[in-house]
Amino acid sequence: MKYVGHSVTLDKDKCCGCTICLKRCPTEAIRIINGKAVIFGNKCIDCGECIRVCPNHAKKAVVDTLDVLNSFEYTVALPAQTLYAQFPGMRDRNIVLTALKKLGFDDVFEVSVACDAISRAVTQDLYFDRLPDHVISSSCPTVVRIIRSQFPSLLPNLLNYRSPMELSARWAKKLAMEKTGLPKEKIGCVFISGCPAKATSSKHPLGENESYVDAVLSISEVYPLLQPLLKNIDRPEILARSGPLGVGWAKSGGEAYASQASHSLYADGIENVIDVLEALEDEKIHQARFIELNACPGGCVGGVLAIENPFIAKSRITHIMNHVTPTIPTGSLPEDDMHLDEEVRYNPALQLDSDVKQAMIKMMKIKELEKQFNGMDCGVCGAPSCHALAEDIIMGRGTEEQCIFRKCRKYEERIAQLEKTLEESCERKEHDSK
Amino acid sequence: MEPMILEYTVSADDFSGAGEASGDVKKTLKSLGFPPEVIRRVSVAMYEAEINMVIHARGGKITVEISPDEIRVCCEDVGPGIPDIDLAMQEGWSTASDKVRGLGFGAGMGLPNIKKYTDYLDIKTVVGQGTTLTMSVAV
Ligand SMILES: Nc1ncnc2c1ncn2[C@@H]1O[C@H](COP(=O)(O)OP(=O)(O)O)[C@@H](O)[C@H]1O
Ligand SMILES: [Mg+2]
Repeated sequence: MKYVGHSVTLDKDKCCGCTICLKRCPTEAIRIINGKAVIFGNKCIDCGECIRVCPNHAKKAVVDTLDVLNSFEYTVALPAQTLYAQFPGMRDRNIVLTALKKLGFDDVFEVSVACDAISRAVTQDLYFDRLPDHVISSSCPTVVRIIRSQFPSLLPNLLNYRSPMELSARWAKKLAMEKTGLPKEKIGCVFISGCPAKATSSKHPLGENESYVDAVLSISEVYPLLQPLLKNIDRPEILARSGPLGVGWAKSGGEAYASQASHSLYADGIENVIDVLEALEDEKIHQARFIELNACPGGCVGGVLAIENPFIAKSRITHIMNHVTPTIPTGSLPEDDMHLDEEVRYNPALQLDSDVKQAMIKMMKIKELEKQFNGMDCGVCGAPSCHALAEDIIMGRGTEEQCIFRKCRKYEERIAQLEKTLEESCERKEHDSK
Repeated sequence: MEPMILEYTVSADDFSGAGEASGDVKKTLKSLGFPPEVIRRVSVAMYEAEINMVIHARGGKITVEISPDEIRVCCEDVGPGIPDIDLAMQEGWSTASDKVRGLGFGAGMGLPNIKKYTDYLDIKTVVGQGTTLTMSVAV
């Protein structure tokens, strides 16, 4: 599959070209071209808002399908904690984990194990003062992406640990290699996700040399297959490994809590995330040592590939955390560096030109042009605002003809002109006939 | 080349709107591709000056001049003026009312921070007539 910068695909037959996703995109990355929504991959941060708001369900996240199990000799399921929260009355994670094995996976490895480990490391780092003053969690890929394109001054604040998905995949793979003696390529680590952005980041990891995640399945695909299996599991196999704090990462605030920072801050929902990043950049946040940001409302439980309402899911996560789950004795995990291989780099997606002078010239043209539009930000032109249309025109990807008000004005002028010509010729005729 | 000019009106006692002008400048500078550190310094300093106009001076107007090698911000108000600039420049000095402090402003760090983040700062003020604060950050 060609990498396009995000995981959203469009069902062209269902897209009616309305302005709903256009207006809701937090980075103005969508345009309506020839009546269909198009995403600028470089600007998109994979937040899933457009999938969430489309009334026609024309937007979908591209993920893998269960047939991937056939591509490997040995498969390990890596369930995101959000999966546990999809089932009413579920308390024992081992039941869900056992059901995953019944579904066809050879083994399971909880992503929350990596969450536990990262939280422990962060607690120590905070204690020994080894982190930036206001460290921002790097576990939400959308947050990492918005920081790298829109808040580059905050890149040094990003926690430089691998994401729980990557870390757990590394561990799971190494354990499976030890256990089976198979080479790396024959073992499939399959992440079970509520989040489309994680699918993108497994194909195109940031700060990682390579991804250990071989495929990503959506919770919404796995759910209906797991649901019927659960009832028949009386004595689940003990497969859980993580403690309750790692499970809590699924809901907003869980990671901040697990970090044990003396002062932390958490926010969820992309608009709120942006507000916090703005405030941090403007130095309006003084105390928070640890900052947890989740693009989805409620945290990862609010991911677009999850099924359950995020608020119900959140309360279930708390319930699961409170329930004592029998776990595999921890044992030792494979040696591995938990840190990212390299720093996440700036993506100048907002920049009008790589040369400041040229950028200024373009900006002045944009501002001049923008004045000629009426400022309604109606979106009929296919751009989310008059400013965006002006920018598109100056950047060579749009035309003034797109503005419906300008078109109307042109027609009005033309009609007035025609009327005048008509009147004049009538008068002339009258005059002639006299 | 001619500098690019941005103009803003800051309204009095509009605490929720305060920061809009500096927010817009920040966005503009980002799309022009200025270095993140320069942008941060300009937007923090300008935000403080903008807030001061709201809480101490019944609003005013801000003119920003952007050149490739320098960003200049001029804040003009017709407020009460500053009787003792040396005192006002001291960290922690503030004449903000209890109401303003209750809203989280008035820590007395605004002017010292502006000084810290800019390469040039000039304050012209006449008591009873107003204040004009000009600052610039070199790129
Ligand atoms: N534009 C202004 N007009 C009048 N007085 C001002 C202005 N800006 C600052 N001041 C005075 O200088 C003092 C110090 O300003 P500053 O360092 O920003 O602290 P703060 O705004 O928290 O009081 C203010 O309390 C106020 O008395
Ligand atoms: Mg102040």
